[in-house]
Amino acid sequence: MIQIQGVSKTYGQAAALHSIDLTIPAGQTTVFIGQSGCGKSTILRLIIGLIQADSGSVYFEGTRVTPDVVTSLRRKMGYVIQEGGLFPHLTAYDNVALMARYLGWSDERIKGRLNELSELTHFPSEGLERFSVQLSGGQQQRVSLMRALMLDPDVLLLDEPLGALDPMIRADLQVDLKRIFQALGKTVVLVTHDIAEAGFFGDVITLLKDGRVLQKGTLEELIQSPADPFVTRFINAQRSPLDVMRKDSK
Amino acid sequence: MKTYFIIIHLVVCNIIIANFFSPTAHSSAQQIKVGSKKFTESVILGEIVTHLIKSTGEQPVYLRELGGTRVLWNALIKGEIDIYPEYSGTISEEILSGEGVYSEEDIRQALAKHGIKMTNPLGFNNTYAIGMKEEVSERLKIGKISDLRQHPDLKFGFGNEFMDRGDGWPTLRNDYHLPQQNVRGLDHDLAYRGLEKGTIHAIDIYSTDAKVRYYNLRILKDDLNHFPAYNAVILYRADLEERAPHVITVLKKLESKIPESEMIKMNSRANLDMVSESQIASDFLSESFSLETETYEETTIGRLLRHTGEHLFLVAISLSAAIIISIPLGILSAKMPGLGQVILGIVGIIQTIPSLALLVFMIPLLGIGGPPAIMALFLYSLLPIVRNTYTGFQDIRPQIRESAEALGLPPGARLRLVELPMVSRSILAGIKTSAVINVGTATLGALIGAGGYGQLILTGIRLDNMSLILQGAVPAAVLALIAQGCFEILERLFVPKGLRLKPAC
Ligand SMILES: Nc1ncnc2c1ncn2[C@@H]1O[C@H](COP(=O)(O)OP(=O)(O)OP(=O)(O)O)[C@@H](O)[C@H]1O
Ligand SMILES: [Mg+2]
Repeated sequence: MIQIQGVSKTYGQAAALHSIDLTIPAGQTTVFIGQSGCGKSTILRLIIGLIQADSGSVYFEGTRVTPDVVTSLRRKMGYVIQEGGLFPHLTAYDNVALMARYLGWSDERIKGRLNELSELTHFPSEGLERFSVQLSGGQQQRVSLMRALMLDPDVLLLDEPLGALDPMIRADLQVDLKRIFQALGKTVVLVTHDIAEAGFFGDVITLLKDGRVLQKGTLEELIQSPADPFVTRFINAQRSPLDVMRKDSK
Repeated sequence: MKTYFIIIHLVVCNIIIANFFSPTAHSSAQQIKVGSKKFTESVILGEIVTHLIKSTGEQPVYLRELGGTRVLWNALIKGEIDIYPEYSGTISEEILSGEGVYSEEDIRQALAKHGIKMTNPLGFNNTYAIGMKEEVSERLKIGKISDLRQHPDLKFGFGNEFMDRGDGWPTLRNDYHLPQQNVRGLDHDLAYRGLEKGTIHAIDIYSTDAKVRYYNLRILKDDLNHFPAYNAVILYRADLEERAPHVITVLKKLESKIPESEMIKMNSRANLDMVSESQIASDFLSESFSLETETYEETTIGRLLRHTGEHLFLVAISLSAAIIISIPLGILSAKMPGLGQVILGIVGIIQTIPSLALLVFMIPLLGIGGPPAIMALFLYSLLPIVRNTYTGFQDIRPQIRESAEALGLPPGARLRLVELPMVSRSILAGIKTSAVINVGTATLGALIGAGGYGQLILTGIRLDNMSLILQGAVPAAVLALIAQGCFEILERLFVPKGLRLKPAC
């Protein structure tokens, strides 16, 4: 589905990615995980062509992602940004419908699609007339997801979609998202820094460190046979409440 | 884009309104145009000339209080006016300075090269003079300037211009060997007050100034002929002799018909008794020529409406043009940072030019009246709109830009559907600032003959008439407030509701 071949990216002086090679298979959920600043968002931005690689190339469905073709390729990708990506001057409905309107869909078709999506994402239909400042963080992310899904894209790119939410809402949305991914059977690329979330979603987890791929595998493989001591440290750094209790009772 | 279309629509409406009020829309090229400078005597002479021309059946246009010598002379040469009153001394010393023309014959020949002709002197000589209180000069037996030599302790207070002029104090002192040491340069109004209190004994003055009568001054005789003659004459375009020979005939009737005493009387009726110049001119023609003319007395309301129309004309055209040009410039600056710095730099520099200087710069390019004033106002209105458009774009959060781009919208659609609506508030705020500045600055347009509320203020200052000044200043302030209010309403209409909501927390 997506091939990343020998891609390097430098912002000014700082190198963000060092010669990355990756294949993202169709129909699966691929998770990128790593510390803040390790280059996760950079990979998504390269795929959707918001930035260009310094060297190497990115292929989407066999087509090289270049500025010439990127606009049409983007319509086959749905992108959900970390937070704050909704257009504040438009209602939830208009946010979701913007691109379809631009492409000349009929009002009926748009309305039908929106009904489907709000059902799928469990978004209350009365919320569709509200502006983003009038929605909760969780609702905003559901709207962002609907907007990404509107054109029924081949691939869904999610950059820490749940990063800014409180734990309860986050758990709800995790369940909803997983259900949606399964229902749609789409190729999903998801970025997170939470190892539990990565394990929950990911068929394959890719752990990045300082712009390099450190290890690629299932959560099991990452725990059982870490390729580097950092992998174990990264996993252990995120202790669960149960770990904390066990330590305290000693 | 919707926002932009609506703004353009507004602009078009503005232009329609502006044409409706346009003061020049109906004047034909064949009409005879009389001009005058921005001081009372010139305005009165202009009225007299205008009344006389009307008596021939013509319908002349009178452009009063256009400005100073340069403005009037250039307008005459360019044919923007056909006739205006001038002084022989001014022609030799200022207009044709450097050509060394002093005799009447030389002046006529030099003027002819520019296609301009001159009548014979009208009678009075409005030269610089030295004035003293009548009773002081009586007591000290001073009747002529050379008498001042016997009184070295007298204190003089001269206007700053007179202190510097070629025919001013330095050469006056040399020619007459005046011994006085206590000589100060100060404002004319202060000089009169000093004269009243006795702290100053002699001042410089125009020999036909209304103040001569008001303060009961004696004009000292220039017994050594130090001051050049400033004989009043009327300048007119030579082509008038073919276009309207009968007009020349009536102009010549004025030759030698206005003695100094008559001019002082007319000046003081205007400045001290607040009689309109038109009335004064009419009375003069009736007394001296037994010519009955209709005086044209504008009602206060009529005058206010006319000035409102002129003011709106200046503001509407210049602001509309500024809106149409500035928004694209602001967008360009935001999209192309290199070019943007140049654009912002240029409009920023324009803003630092003093408004008066900018107005004067426009005269050689665009003449007098509305066009140069509109151009200057247009240039002044650019910065707030360009800058606000630019910063509005800069302030769009990167997540929003990224989301719009990632959706697959091409650049034009992103601009229209996302970016412009998001900066609409900032753009409107810029337009609002421009409008308020524009309405205020437009009052200066009167200095170069563009009319508007500034005309009332200028006339008020000239006649020392506070009521007239307020009649100009108050409507100008009200208009600025109305403009501000209108843009607040527009903000409700154009700024998307989502941007006006405050987050609930
Ligand atoms: N526009 C930019 N200009 C300069 N440096 C950048 C830019 N964007 C990212 N970087 C740098 O590139 C590196 C990778 O950034 P990236 O956004 O991919 O990190 P990330 O893994 O998504 O981090 P986070 O989890 O905090 O979102 C970081 O060191 C970051 O500081
Ligand atoms: Mg990131």
